[in-house]
Amino acid sequence: MFARGNQRWIVTAIPYAWMLVFFLVPFLIVLKISFSSTEIAQPPYSPTFDLINDVWVDTLEKLQALQFDNYKRLFTDSIYVESYLSSLWIAGTSTLMMLFLAYPIAYGMARAPKSIRPTLVMMVILPFWTSFLIRIYAWISILSEEGLLNSLLVSLGIIDEPMQILSTNTAVYIGILYSYLPFMVLPLYSALEKMDDSLIEAAKDLGCTQFQAFWRVTFPLSIPGVIAGCFLVFIPAVGEFVIPDLLGGSETLMIGKTMWEEFFNNRDWPAASAVAVALLIVLMIPIVIFQSNEARQQEMR
Amino acid sequence: MSAKTLGPVRRKFAPWDDPSSKPLIEIRQVTKNFGSFTAVDDVSLNIYEREFFALLGPSGCGKTTLMRMLAGFEEPSAGQIIIGGQDMAGIPPHKRPVNMMFQSYALFPHMNVEKNIAFGLEMDKLPKGEIAARVQEMLKLVKLEQFAHRKPHQLSGGQRQRVALARAIAKRPKVLLLDEPLGALDKKLREETQFELLDLQMQLGMTFVIVTHDQDEAMTMADRIAVMDKGQFVQISPPAELYEHPQTKYVADFIGDINLLEGRVTKNERGRITLDSDVTGGVIDVHADSSAGAGDKAWFALRPEKAAISLLPPNDPQTNCAHGTVWDIGYVGDISVYHVRLDQGGSMRASIANTSRVVERPITWEDKVYLTWTPDSGVVLTK
Ligand SMILES: Nc1ncnc2c1ncn2[C@@H]1O[C@H](COP(=O)(O)OP(=O)(O)OP(=O)(O)O)[C@@H](O)[C@H]1O
Ligand SMILES: [Mg+2]
Repeated sequence: MFARGNQRWIVTAIPYAWMLVFFLVPFLIVLKISFSSTEIAQPPYSPTFDLINDVWVDTLEKLQALQFDNYKRLFTDSIYVESYLSSLWIAGTSTLMMLFLAYPIAYGMARAPKSIRPTLVMMVILPFWTSFLIRIYAWISILSEEGLLNSLLVSLGIIDEPMQILSTNTAVYIGILYSYLPFMVLPLYSALEKMDDSLIEAAKDLGCTQFQAFWRVTFPLSIPGVIAGCFLVFIPAVGEFVIPDLLGGSETLMIGKTMWEEFFNNRDWPAASAVAVALLIVLMIPIVIFQSNEARQQEMR
Repeated sequence: MSAKTLGPVRRKFAPWDDPSSKPLIEIRQVTKNFGSFTAVDDVSLNIYEREFFALLGPSGCGKTTLMRMLAGFEEPSAGQIIIGGQDMAGIPPHKRPVNMMFQSYALFPHMNVEKNIAFGLEMDKLPKGEIAARVQEMLKLVKLEQFAHRKPHQLSGGQRQRVALARAIAKRPKVLLLDEPLGALDKKLREETQFELLDLQMQLGMTFVIVTHDQDEAMTMADRIAVMDKGQFVQISPPAELYEHPQTKYVADFIGDINLLEGRVTKNERGRITLDSDVTGGVIDVHADSSAGAGDKAWFALRPEKAAISLLPPNDPQTNCAHGTVWDIGYVGDISVYHVRLDQGGSMRASIANTSRVVERPITWEDKVYLTWTPDSGVVLTK
């Protein structure tokens, strides 16, 4: 039998243990690889120091053996810097577009009669029931030159010739907007839905038109949802690999894709690991902002 | 005692008796249905400028719904609302000369107290200096000066209520609708705020329509009170008249404490009514206006403080009288209420002012007592 205190301790320890095993340990491995240099071997990098046996024996020696070259290369080889910037740009602009797309949807959902709201939420998350990969493949057949979209536009006479959409950045934007929509809609919806109608009435009573009431009351109160939604879209979109790989073309430069190429095409594990570590560092700032926003919301309650 | 703590002196004010005076708010046969449910049922009412009007009634009787129609959040299903001579049909809330204090307060959670109060003034585009001055004045009125920079979630329930009140008053509308404005305040603060409100109303010449559950509040503050039940007005009268001349059993019972003695009218000659009552086992003489005719079933309504209690029978055998046994004595501080079991099986209450600090009461439990009252101390009700 456990004492009460023990049980509580175990409950607290579970998530930490989980994080340790499935996040921290793999991350340390990646970190280690990033400080190694490439070898034509199995695994394809050295030094392959054994943490358990060697650490104390000659730490200093090993530290000297660490290779910072991979990190230096991130700055010297322009492909990396460009990939990072392009990823941030694509993720940033699609997050913004998503906000404009999702806000009216979430607003409409929150204003809908209470009885149908669960159905609307259901419809937003319905696409999750199909594999993400399959849905992206479906977009290939929609966007390709002989695809649904082009044939529709041609048959409607809007364009004469099929357009090149697939394998362009446009397709990447479409893919991101489509895939991440629920991540933006749901936090916005939850912020808008819990808002008290009488606040809007009070604003109108005090002299606001419908429009002014929206800007002075509804929107400010939904800002936590806006922040949450933006980061939930932005953070994964920066490292997105599948969408640029399948929908994008040679012009599409995203860090996830670059990393993949480094890893599988060039078999340069150390460089790929350095890219991954750098990506994490880049995303640290938005993640911290996101966390502090969540914490502030908790406090308000 | 200073004049301040006594509160402002109410002037003689009765425009509703004057056929030439023009009402500020006219509610004409207004009905509000929610689906098949009728929340407000064909009510008509005139409210006059500078009047302090109270709506009193049990929970769910339609008070808030009526207020919301005045403020413009609900359109009447039938009937007409006219404010200041203008038909309000289709006029949105922000264009009405009316401000409402919400029962749920509806404070803006993202703004501090000061910003909440300033909100309406900013919408009116008043100059900055004037807004700041007005906000300070309001903060002082509701005694929240130290809390100006707090957010609503950092305030107690009573403090929030005061912010809501200040926000509604700040715009100095022609008509102020207050939905249970003082419910969350403790007794002392409530009384102070009541006086402040009256003071303010007189200074600014505003018209107040107030919803309250607290009949003492309605009695002390209002020029007239409407008692509502199931979406209808049962009676609209000044407080004293409501108390002394209730028109129905419902009103009599709702306002204050009352004895209702069932009986049958044997005679009604121009206000000289006699009633046969099984409750007292005798005849009751009443001097009151009533439409009851001989043979009608009716109730004699007598306030407990108007019944005298004595161990001795009355000298004059003609005096209205009931005989019984003291069953319980309720000590309320300023008065003691005697519950008397009548010989015929019914019961009556009589209240006596505790004018001295006697510990030994002359009348106590189990005593046989006589309750007596004069013919003009009660009324006869037929419904
Ligand atoms: N939007 C609505 N839809 C359906 N029914 C409603 C609606 N608003 C109010 N009602 C009903 O109308 C009736 C009157 O409600 P109202 O809020 O006016 O009561 P009230 O007198 O203010 O009560 P309380 O003293 O509890 O505040 C209630 O039975 C309520 O359920
Ligand atoms: Mg109400």
